[in-house]
This record gives sequence, C-alpha cells and structure tokens, in this order.
Amino acid sequence: MNEVKTVLVNNLTKGFDNIMAVSGINFEVYCGECFGLIGPNGAGKSTTIKMLTTLLPPDDGEAVINGYSIVKNPAGVRGSIGYVPQLLSVDGAMTGYENLLVFSKLYGLKRKQREERIKRVLDITGLEDAAHRQVKTYSGGMVRRLEIGQAILNYPQVLFLDEPTVGLDPVARKTIWKHIEKLRCEQNMTILLTTHYMEEAEALCSRIAIMNKGKIAVMGTARELRESTGNPHAGMDDVFAYYAGALESQEGDLRDASRTRRTAKRLG
Amino acid sequence: MLHEPAVQPNDSGKYGNQIFLFFFHVWTIIEMEVRKLRQDPTELVMRGIQPVLWLLIFGQAFSRLRAIPTGSVSYEAFLTPGILAQSITFISIFYGITIIWDRDLGLLQKIMVTPIRRPAFILGKMLSASIRSINQGVIILLLSVVMRIPLEWSAGRIIGVIFTTILGGVFFSGLSMVIASLIKTRERMMGIGQVITMPLFFSSSALYPVQIMPDWLRIIATINPMSYLVDGLRNLLINTAGTHLFLDWCVLIGASSLIYLLNCLLFPRILR
Repeated sequence: MNEVKTVLVNNLTKGFDNIMAVSGINFEVYCGECFGLIGPNGAGKSTTIKMLTTLLPPDDGEAVINGYSIVKNPAGVRGSIGYVPQLLSVDGAMTGYENLLVFSKLYGLKRKQREERIKRVLDITGLEDAAHRQVKTYSGGMVRRLEIGQAILNYPQVLFLDEPTVGLDPVARKTIWKHIEKLRCEQNMTILLTTHYMEEAEALCSRIAIMNKGKIAVMGTARELRESTGNPHAGMDDVFAYYAGALESQEGDLRDASRTRRTAKRLG
Repeated sequence: MLHEPAVQPNDSGKYGNQIFLFFFHVWTIIEMEVRKLRQDPTELVMRGIQPVLWLLIFGQAFSRLRAIPTGSVSYEAFLTPGILAQSITFISIFYGITIIWDRDLGLLQKIMVTPIRRPAFILGKMLSASIRSINQGVIILLLSVVMRIPLEWSAGRIIGVIFTTILGGVFFSGLSMVIASLIKTRERMMGIGQVITMPLFFSSSALYPVQIMPDWLRIIATINPMSYLVDGLRNLLINTAGTHLFLDWCVLIGASSLIYLLNCLLFPRILR
C-alpha cells in the first residue's frame, strides 16, 4: 500500500423517492489497500458501490477512480475497474471458459490477449480443470472464484466486491478470503469491499468504514474502531452494534431479502 | 503479476475505432445468446411445438371447412406466414423477462460495468431475440415442406424471410424491453405479455384476410405492427396480391428505430 489515492469520494449523495440512500459521504482509498464498507441492510453500501461503478448516477457529489470522474468520464472508470456484484453474475448455461471469453470481448481485448489472460485468470482462480464444464455444475465457492476471475480479466487497478462471501459455507469463505488477499498482495490491486460479516472485514481490510442510514458513522483501522467505542477489548460485533444500532434493521425490502436468499440458495 | 495497465475503451489499437468496438460489442451479446442456446437447446425445441400444433390441427381443420376466403391459395399456405409471424411475436414479446432475470441474477449489472456502451447492449439484446425467431422460422418452413404446403421458394425469398423475421424479432423484443424497463418484475411482465399477445394476434391478418374484417377491426389491424410482419412474410412466401413488402419493411424499420430510441432512454430505470 502507498499514499497514492486510487479512490476519492467527495460528498456522494443518492436518494430514491423519499429515502436518502446515501447522504453526502466522503472517504479515500489508497493504492494497494483493501478498504471495507460495512453496515446493516439498507445502510447504503450497495448504492455507494453502484455509484462508484457507474451503474447509478449520483444526485450530488463526485468520486474519482484511477483519475477518472464517475460523472464526467464513466467509460474511463469502467475500463479500469472490476466489479463482482452481490448477486450471481455468471451464466450457468455456459462453461467457465465461455463466461470468461465473453467478458474478455466486452473488455475489448484483442484475440491473442484474450487467450493469454483467460489462461492466467484460470490459473489465479484455480479453475483450470473445471474450465470446460457448465457453470451450473460448479460449487458455490467455484462460482465466486469465476466471478472474481471475470472481473479481473482487464487487469483492473481497483476491484469492487459487493458481499463477496454471502451464502458461502465457512470453508469456501476462507478460500475466497485467500484469493482476495492474494490479489491485493501479489497484484497490488486496490480492493473495496462491502460485507455484513465483521470478522471478514477484520481479516481482509486495513481500514473499515461503518455505514448506517446512508452516512459513514465511523472510519479507521479495526483497532481504532475498537478504541473509539471506549472499550479497547470490545469485539468487532460490539463495535458494529455500537455504531449501527443494536436493533434489527428496518431497511431493505422483500425484493432484497428474496434476492439474497436466492443467491445463497444458488451458491449453497 | 498483473502489472500491465488496465485496458481502456479507447486505448487498444485494433479496437480503437469506436464504431467498430460498438458493433463488436453488439456481436458479443448475440454470441452470448447463441452460446447459451447451444449449451441448452431444450427451449428452442419446446418453443417449436406450438406453431406445429397451429399448422397441423388448426390449419388442416380450417382448410377443409373452407370458411375463410383466401383467393387462389390454400388456407394452409395462407396461414403459414401468419403462424410464423405469431411465433416471432410470441417468442419476442416475452424476451424482456430475460433482461429482468439477468438483472435479478446480477449478470446485467456486471456486464454494464464493462466498457460496453448501453446502446450497444440494447441493440445486441434486440438482435439476440431474432436468433430464436429464426429458429422458429426454420421449424415452420421445414414443416411446410413435410406437409406439402405450396410456398414460393427461391434464395432471394428465403433471404427476405430471414430479414423480415429479424425485423419482427427486433421490434417485438424491443417493445418487450420497454415494458420491462417500466414494470421491472417478472410476474407483471408475464401478465402483461399474456394480455398483449392474443389481441395482437387476433387483430392482425395472421388468421384471416383484412378484407373480411369489420371496419373497426380493420382500423386496429392497420395500426397493429404484427399485420405488417404478416403482410411482409405473406408477400415473400405466397406472393399474394394486395401485399406491400416495401411498405411493410419501412413500417417495421421505423417502428424498431423508435423502440430502440425509447429503450436507450428508459434502460437506466432497469438498473435501479
């Protein structure tokens, strides 16, 4: 990690109907850092990621990623990032190789580059032997690895992971952690991830921001977050409860719940 | 190590030309559809059953009844282009569901975060629906050969039928995608599809000539895009008098262009 800021977020704001999903948030992510956005359902994590990946235009504010503005140059942003959504993003009817091939074409890679990078990505994700099997025969962990593989075909400088281990069993979750850590250490990739799991944020992220009701409640290293609660021995779950509220979240709707459960079912 | 710089949409030599890249992306979306169908062709086979029933049962029964005046051609020959148009319409009008499905899965979001431009994705999807429609065309035309239905055959006419089929598929799948952008759920999409298909079918000239329709239905048939699809296919396959292929193509191209523009405007709604 160095002091170069790869992601700069300034007063980013987004509302839907009468709800303010993200309300004027500010943060920076340094090159080679793994930065975690955590928070309860409906805290605004996914909306933030959607704005940073240019899927949603912000109502106000600005973000610059790899030097490209998400408002003025969304195409530049898209060419330099990778994104793994919370939901399943591979096509089960195609083989792993075909899923990678289609995405390498969408990234505009030349024929020779395509073969080279698919081979490299299959190697990184450990999917060489399963490359020519239909994805519907893959396990949940393999599907997630393939999704990460698709997202790094363009050798992105920043990788966005939205709930990368949702619906996975503990063993598959640890394998995905290992792959994320490998990408950050060996490839010096900047990673911005959202998660519900405090232990995941602590294991992977050098800094963590806890979001609640569209705002960043607190930001810092795991140690700093613990200390900020006034109890240095607090567990990360206590930190989460302290800033996000101990009550069950009232945010999110039936569609969100249905999507999450469907993803969990398909992966599991 | 992945130390090469990330590929930007316009920094690659071969694909530097934005227009080339646009159509390369359109082709990639079509290729994706073909690869999916090749791995799992069951849908294509199942979709072929309905038009076969229409031709085998409805066509043969009404042909014997001689209840519908079709001039010098048999009713089965008159009906074949109508059933082809019906198949194209029915298969395309539900195509928007696949966009909602891809959105619900997360695949749509992931594609939209690559350098593909949204208009290229939309055009690719509209053309993808035509792949399924062409498959229906092959099934129906093969059946017409087996049933010895007298159709006009020539290379030019077959190319014309393929072109008209693509136009029909593009228009109706585009219409379906517009509806999908507005209503956003698969359940509602199924309901609206069911509500639209039958009136479109029965108010077109697919089953009977426009001449025998009452005045009010004739007006509806004139503004029903399916009538132009039927008319174009009828001109090519049985060459009956009173059909206007050039007008049909103009109407379908104009309507498809309008629907394409509407899709480009409405598409961001589906990503919310």
